[in-house]
Amino acid sequence: MTDAVAEPPVAGRGSDERLARQSPLRRLLGRPELGALLGAVALFVFFSVVADAFLRAGSFSTVLYASSTFGIMAVGVSLLMIGGEFDLSAGVMVTSSALIAALTAYQFTLNVWAGVAISLVLTLALGMVNGLLYVWTRLPSFIITLAMFFMLAGLNLGVTKALTGNVASDSVRDMDGFDAARAVFASDLDVLGLRVKITVLWWLLFVVVATWILLRTRTGNWIFAVGGSAASARAVGVPVARVKIGLFMGVAFCAWFSGMHLVFAFATIQSGEGVGNEFLYIICAVIGGCLLTGGYGSAIGAAIGAFIFGMTNKGIVYAEWNPDWFRFFLGAMLLIATVVNLIVRRRVERTP
Amino acid sequence: MTGGKDAPLLRLSGVGKSYGNVIALRDVSLEASEGEVTCVLGDNGAGKSTLIKVVAGLHRHDTGTYEVQGERVVFDSPRDALDRGIATVYQDLAVVPLMPVWRNFFLGSEKRRGFGRMDVAFMRSTTHAEMAAMGIDLRDVDQPIGTLSGGERQCVAIARAVYFGAKALVLDEPTAALGVKQAGVVLRYIVQARERGLAVVFITHNPHHAYPVGDRFLILNRGQSIGYHTKDEITRDELTGLMAGGRELEELAHELDAAGSPAATRIKKEAETLNPADG
Repeated sequence: MTDAVAEPPVAGRGSDERLARQSPLRRLLGRPELGALLGAVALFVFFSVVADAFLRAGSFSTVLYASSTFGIMAVGVSLLMIGGEFDLSAGVMVTSSALIAALTAYQFTLNVWAGVAISLVLTLALGMVNGLLYVWTRLPSFIITLAMFFMLAGLNLGVTKALTGNVASDSVRDMDGFDAARAVFASDLDVLGLRVKITVLWWLLFVVVATWILLRTRTGNWIFAVGGSAASARAVGVPVARVKIGLFMGVAFCAWFSGMHLVFAFATIQSGEGVGNEFLYIICAVIGGCLLTGGYGSAIGAAIGAFIFGMTNKGIVYAEWNPDWFRFFLGAMLLIATVVNLIVRRRVERTP
Repeated sequence: MTGGKDAPLLRLSGVGKSYGNVIALRDVSLEASEGEVTCVLGDNGAGKSTLIKVVAGLHRHDTGTYEVQGERVVFDSPRDALDRGIATVYQDLAVVPLMPVWRNFFLGSEKRRGFGRMDVAFMRSTTHAEMAAMGIDLRDVDQPIGTLSGGERQCVAIARAVYFGAKALVLDEPTAALGVKQAGVVLRYIVQARERGLAVVFITHNPHHAYPVGDRFLILNRGQSIGYHTKDEITRDELTGLMAGGRELEELAHELDAAGSPAATRIKKEAETLNPADG
């Protein structure tokens, strides 16, 4: 029976010869992270040469800290982008989450852990609302989350002012549980003589978990599928709506974590913060190889993207350049990364 | 097999479907039994897609009955149809081009080993083995499925349906976008699926693809059946004639005749050769 179908156009040797045209180098270049990795190495060498202070241990931990604060968000945002959607509300959601924790704990004089828990529930609910609105209206996530972005930005300011008479939340530094929570969300650790913020470790943990989910679990398979072709995924029985809602909630979870870091690092939260950061997260993910159209990318890539972001952000300072140039560099890197991604996608999708 | 020989695997009787005020399908009957290929032929807009959507569970039929193994069914989703062993391979194949072959093969039915962890080694080797069984020797099951040729992708989709225990295989224009050689590969696989005892519903607009592999032929035109024949009732030429709209050519000849056109005789002759069954 097998022999009956093993006929010329599909014979073994022929296919192998065709496949052999793809050299190992090109295959390697097809990995989503590779472009970002090369870029990161190049930037590292560059700043090491032009900025004397860059290679000092203290500077490096500063770079890692900057990378981690954006990297944690980039984990959730990159998974969402692989799933084919955007979340423009991610930046202000971090502030919302921090405000919820700080304000509820202070206003009701609760243990800060209660504020942390309330914030987790409400922030996940925000992510769920994003997801449900997307699923119900079938509008582009761009529009839904843009609306959410403005509503949250307004709520952050309005509610904070109404409760405190100020644009910042009251300090929760002296409240019960603050020190324990600070140990979890915003402490310093000694790792091999290097003083690093605990967020760096959390960041790496999140990246590992996200990578495992993406590559080794059914959920990961579904994330790639709903981003690559939602209709195909639906046709083979993938619960597309549930996956998308889950991804929005994943971003919300990262926003909650970042928010908690802000609360316990600074004790007071400026209610106008966070605006514009959503683009930085997306830039991290895109530099790391996530396609804007979905279905392709990696959490490791997004982490490298965040590291590039951190290096550029601090490297410019160490090189004693005018930091105004930072945004220019960021934009240029985004452009280069997107063009590289475009080339990758065209090659991968090309049918012989 | 509840109904035994009397109840075919799939039976549609007098099925109709409207979208708003558009009647897409009217009073269509169809049977598909194990080890048989039922071909559904028709030009664009004949209602083939609607019929396939009803069979696959994407749409509910409005009138008539749909029976699976003698049992009346109403499907709410493709999942319901799949649970009954009815697998549909769509024109777009329901594959995700950027994903590796093995991920596509198991998409939606991933093999797991607890904690949501996938059994990647098993899925890789199974994909390789199943494709090899179809005569496609994939060197690398990790290549994106978008890099395979159209025929190979079609075969992945068919192999996937067969592997996951399909009893009835519905193929939506599997040969439409393929070259002659690749279409041959797919047709050979249809025959193989039939020999494995599957009921195959083969939708096509090409009678030359349908006739060699088909056991029954349903010809649709404007949402209605204009012929339902077994292979011994109909010749390839008659089938081609029905498909090519021999009757419409005949009508055109009548009109031209009335207008006194010399072209009428020629068209009439053509219509006769195309449509000898209707004389």
